[in-house]
Formats: sequence, structure tokens, C-alpha cells
Amino acid sequence: MKITRITNGRIIDPANNRDEVADLWLADGKITAPQTGSENETLDARGLVVAPGLIDIHVHLREPGQSHKETIATGTRAAAAGGFTSIVAMPNTNPSADSAATITWIKEKAAREACVNVFCTGAITKGLLGEELAPFGSLFNVGVVALTDDGHCIQNHEIMRRAVEYARMFGLTVMDHCQDYSLVGDGIMHEGEWSLRLGIPGWPRAGEEMIVARNIMLAELCDSPIHCQHISSGGSVRLLREARARGVKISGEVCPHHIALTDASLAAFDSNFKMNPPLRTEEDIEAIIEGIADGTLTILCSDHAPHAFYEKEVEIDHAPFGITGLENEFSTFCDILVHKRAAISLARLIALYTAEPARLLNLDRGTLSVGAPADVTIIDPDLEWTFDKNKSISLSHNTPFHGHTWKGRAVRTIVAGETVWAL
Amino acid sequence: MKTWTRKDLTGLDELTSEEINFLLETARAFKGVGERSLKKVPALRGKTLVNFFVEPSTRTRTSFEVAAMRLSADVVNISATASSLQKGETLKDTALNLQALQADIIVLRHSSPGSARFLSERLDSSIINAGDGAHEHPTQGLLDIFTMREKFGRITGLNVVIVGDILFSRVARSNIFGLVKLGANVTLAGPSTLVPRSFENLGVRVVHRIDEALEGADVVNLLRIQHERQRKEYFPGLGEYTALFGLTKARAARLKPSCLVMHPGPINRGVEIDSDVADGSQSVILEQVTNGIAVRMAVLYLCAGGAGIPA
Repeated sequence: MKITRITNGRIIDPANNRDEVADLWLADGKITAPQTGSENETLDARGLVVAPGLIDIHVHLREPGQSHKETIATGTRAAAAGGFTSIVAMPNTNPSADSAATITWIKEKAAREACVNVFCTGAITKGLLGEELAPFGSLFNVGVVALTDDGHCIQNHEIMRRAVEYARMFGLTVMDHCQDYSLVGDGIMHEGEWSLRLGIPGWPRAGEEMIVARNIMLAELCDSPIHCQHISSGGSVRLLREARARGVKISGEVCPHHIALTDASLAAFDSNFKMNPPLRTEEDIEAIIEGIADGTLTILCSDHAPHAFYEKEVEIDHAPFGITGLENEFSTFCDILVHKRAAISLARLIALYTAEPARLLNLDRGTLSVGAPADVTIIDPDLEWTFDKNKSISLSHNTPFHGHTWKGRAVRTIVAGETVWAL
Repeated sequence: MKTWTRKDLTGLDELTSEEINFLLETARAFKGVGERSLKKVPALRGKTLVNFFVEPSTRTRTSFEVAAMRLSADVVNISATASSLQKGETLKDTALNLQALQADIIVLRHSSPGSARFLSERLDSSIINAGDGAHEHPTQGLLDIFTMREKFGRITGLNVVIVGDILFSRVARSNIFGLVKLGANVTLAGPSTLVPRSFENLGVRVVHRIDEALEGADVVNLLRIQHERQRKEYFPGLGEYTALFGLTKARAARLKPSCLVMHPGPINRGVEIDSDVADGSQSVILEQVTNGIAVRMAVLYLCAGGAGIPA
């Protein structure tokens, strides 16, 4: 039996309020109590942080159907290189993940090819069309961890209400891509000074806030959780803060680009800065960082959305929305939130990527408790590095962060006791 | 400024005031060519220009064609329906093929904002923006400014009012960028849905009462209401638009006698402009069209490598 001893690292395990220099023991794919003398692998973590394996709950793996953008094999390797031991796959594949058959296909392929844990979400509505509920029961039986129509937003409030109520029976959280179609229309970038200057159709903040407000009301009406994906607007943060203070079961997540970049980045019409929801302003960045710091926003994630070069290499309004993120997100957040802004501690950053997502989706991950799966990420919080998209592992290189330098990086990713990636 | 260094013209936003003035001076030198009986110079002899118009256009395309011919360039016209874009080819691939056909200059009209800049960064051929979505129409902006400068001898301090659908107008944006750089006082007027107050960030005044806008105006530039493009919720109808913002005879009568009435065309008589006003003594609408040739000659000449103002 393989017994691993990770020595002298600073163990940060937010789920157990633990932050101390100690050894961590892994055996038989689990975290174990010390077994001094019996280790057959020793990893020196002096000066490094030993954390529960990071979890990204918002990833597009593109299989089935779009394997020219990403595959389960390449996407999970990219995840490992970003320090992630678990990722949650979005259902906007082709066919969409609205049936037990598709979920089973993904899980079986992941079992063969994935190097990190792949959890699946199921679609809320059949074909992500926003009209008829997908079979939540069968989806639950094959192990989906949440429901979402991500990439789409259910416009009909009655259907959304019934989805939330019905999901409750299975204890599944409904996650929503918040976008009011009538307000957003063909909007491509944040509606503001830059959209006016560039003549690019605007995507107003209210297009997101309207649906965040809707979701708050429905979460309250149904007394069931709704999770708002990729929050981009400061107004959404204010709505979430007020609702959470009242105890409404509503939550929100943040992607790195929404605190690292602004709408001014679109000035060169580069489609690698086009994503949905769009980059907004410094004011929104301030509000989002404040929301992360005060606990309003509890999840960090990438919205990793790979697209082939030729698909992005077109006119700005013809290019698909989305950028990659798995390989840089932890560093981007660590650099901005912990180092540059000192908005949160390193321990809190790790919590936002471990204990918080595990709690939101009831995953048996995100902790270093004895007996938990031996998913571990070793982090060098002070390592400076420069992101080179040409060295990235994802099949697609559609990133706005080429050439950016950050401080803080995962240096080793361990899944079920096995190192799947090391710097 | 003695030389022109750009191979492309994708917008006035990216030009300096010196570059804009240099273009205008060059255009002034070329204007004389059109006043001769032999309207041709050999400046671009042996160069190939492709008019690549993915959106329909008659006026602008013809103007570029005339300008190119006067410079002795060879001209090929391609329309959207005749191009392989219909067959699923990307804009970039079509343009690369035009470059492989040894086009020295590609004049692009396209519905996507930024499309000219997109090609300019990927091709060695000169790319001239003949309108990219709602972004810019730099040669229209230049010819409008050229016409104003010809009449007033200056741009600095002129009170220029642009009326109409500013939100969707590339003509308005190029005018705004160019005029603000050259020191004009620019006022935008129109329905609040089509002239959002946030345009003030571009250094202009926003007004929703036409009489207030027209007071003290040296130039009134009227834009066509693109009713065929708009969703109806932007304003209730053309009748109400004309009542609130049309340049009626009564309003035109209150303009300063020296005030120019301009329009990029095509005009909708009786909608944004009264028919008599369009034909009246203050109207320079057709002079704009003529000046467009000189401006486009200057742009083509300089971007294709012409060194400076020709003798």
C-alpha cells in the first residue's frame, strides 16, 4: 500500500479551521492519521502550503460533441495544472446533458480519461431551451451534483420556480446564468462609455441584476437554494448581500476576469476579451472584491470556456463568448485578492475554493479530515510566474491573460493519493 | 507633420489631430484634380484596389471607385452576395484571398464593429474602413470636416450640432472623434433613447430639445433615421420624430445665415429634413459628396504609400 507523508508544510484546512505547520499523511487514497516509519513516499513541503484539493464548480469540458475545443482528457489535465482536484462540468454539451444517458457517458469517459474528479451538472430544462423540465430524478440517480442551464437562462419565472421546487426533493442546488434576454438583446460588452465609443452593442448591468433579483425572490418563495453563476455587476453584489442578511438561500460566484479586467480591454476588438457576462468597470470590480471580502460571494471559479482558435478569430460580434481559465484562476485570484489588495487571507482564498463549494454542492471533498479522499493541492503562495498561453495544457488557448504575471501558484496536485501534476 | 506612416485607416478615434489635418491638407491638394477636364493623375498607377462591400452601399462604394480611378488604380468591386462569405468562408479567409490576389488596398464595408481593424492587424494590404457596424465611417467623418473647414477656414471653436440616431451611427462617431480632436464644440441632439447622456463622456454636449441644440449652431449635420434597422421601441414613430427633431422650415429659418446644413445621405425628405431645406441655400449636401472624392483620394494615396502632399 502506498503511504505518502507530506512533510513540514503549512496545512491550511478551512473546513476544520486548521492552520499549522505539520505533516500530512495519505494512504490508500484517503487522508490518514500519522503512520510514522511506514511511509514509502515523502514529499517535502517546507515553505509551502498544503491545502485540500481545489474545486472549480464552473467548467466547460465540451464533451460530448465539441471535442475540437476541449476533451475530458485535456480539460482535466488543465485543471490539474491549475491545482484542481475536482471540477464540475456544465451541461451545455452536444447533446446537452439533460438525460441520464449523457451523464452516464460523461462519467464513464471521465473514469477512463480524467486525471481529476469530474462531477456533472444536469440541465434544468430539456435541450437547455427553458421550456420543459429535464428528468431531475434520473439525473440525480446517475449522480449529478447540481442543475443548471448555464449558457442559457430560463426566462419564464414559473418554470424556474417549479424547477427550484422540484429540485428540492433531491437536495440539488439550482445554479443560474443570470441574464434577462429582453434587456440584453444582442449585447456583447458592458453597456457604458466603451460600448458607446466602440459601437458595440451593450449588455447592461440590469440584465444580470434583474435575474439575480428574480432568483432571490424565488429562493425565498420556495425556501430552496439558488446559486447565481459568474456575478459581474456591483448591483448584483448589493442584492445578494441584502438577501443573504435576511437568510435567503441565495449565493454567488466570481470568475477571475471579472476582477482582473475591465470593459476598456475591448478597445482593440479582441474576442479573447469577449465573454458572457461581460467585463465591466472598476466600480464593479470594487464591489465584487468587497463582496468576496465580506462573505457575500462565497465561491470562486473559472467559467473555463475553451473555443478553437479559428472560432475566435472572427469579427467581434461573430465570435463565441468565453475564455479559458483553469490554469490561471487560482493565481489570478491569489495575486489580486491576497497579495495586491489584501482583501482576504490565504486561508479564506483556499476556503472559497474548497470548503465553500463542497458545502454548496454537498461534495465529500474540500477537507483534509482523516478519512476524506486524499485530494491535496500544494501551493507556493509567493511564487511569481508569467502565463504563456502557448504552454497551456488546455486544447484551446483563448485567454486574455497571455503574458500576465501573478504571485501565487499551485505546485503539486494530488488526487486520491496520486500526484497528477507537479510544476 | 511631414509624412504619413499608417498603412490603414480604420477610424478617426485612433488618429492624432496632426494626422487628421495632414489628411485634410492632402485632400485639398487632390480636390483640384476633379476640377480639371482631365480628371486623372498617375499617383496609384499599377496599384490594385478591391472594394469589398459586405453591406450594401452605392454612394460610398462609387465614391471610392471614382477616387481610385482618378489616381489611376485598378478597381475590383465585390459585394456580399458575390463573395464566399455566403458559402461559409470567414471574413479573414476571404480577405487573405484578396491579398493573395495581390490587392494593395482593400476598402471594407461590414456590419461588424472593429472588422476593419481586425483585418488591418492580420493583412499586409492597406485596409480602409468604409463603415464597420455602428463603430466608424472615417472617410465620411473626414469629408464632413473637410467641408466645414473649406467653408469656415477652421474647425476650432465651431459649434457643430449632430441630430438624429447617434447610438447606431458610425457617421456620428467618426464626426465626434474628429471634431473633438480639432477643437469644435459638438452638440448631439435626438431622442434620449438614441442619444444617451453617457455620450458626454466623449467630450460632447447632449441635448434633447432641438431648438436649444440649434441655437448658435455653425453647422447642423442631420443623420438619417435608420428606421429599417431599428426595433420600434426606440421612439414611437417617424411622425413624432419629425415633430420633435426634424429640421423644418420654421427651425431652419432661425438658423444663423452662415450656418451649414449637412447630411451624409441618403436623405429622407420630410422626415429628418424638410425638402426645401435640403435644397436650400444653406445646404451643402451635394458638395459633401463631391468633397468625398478628394478625401478618399487622399486616404488611398497616403495609405498606399504616397509620401506626402502631392505637388
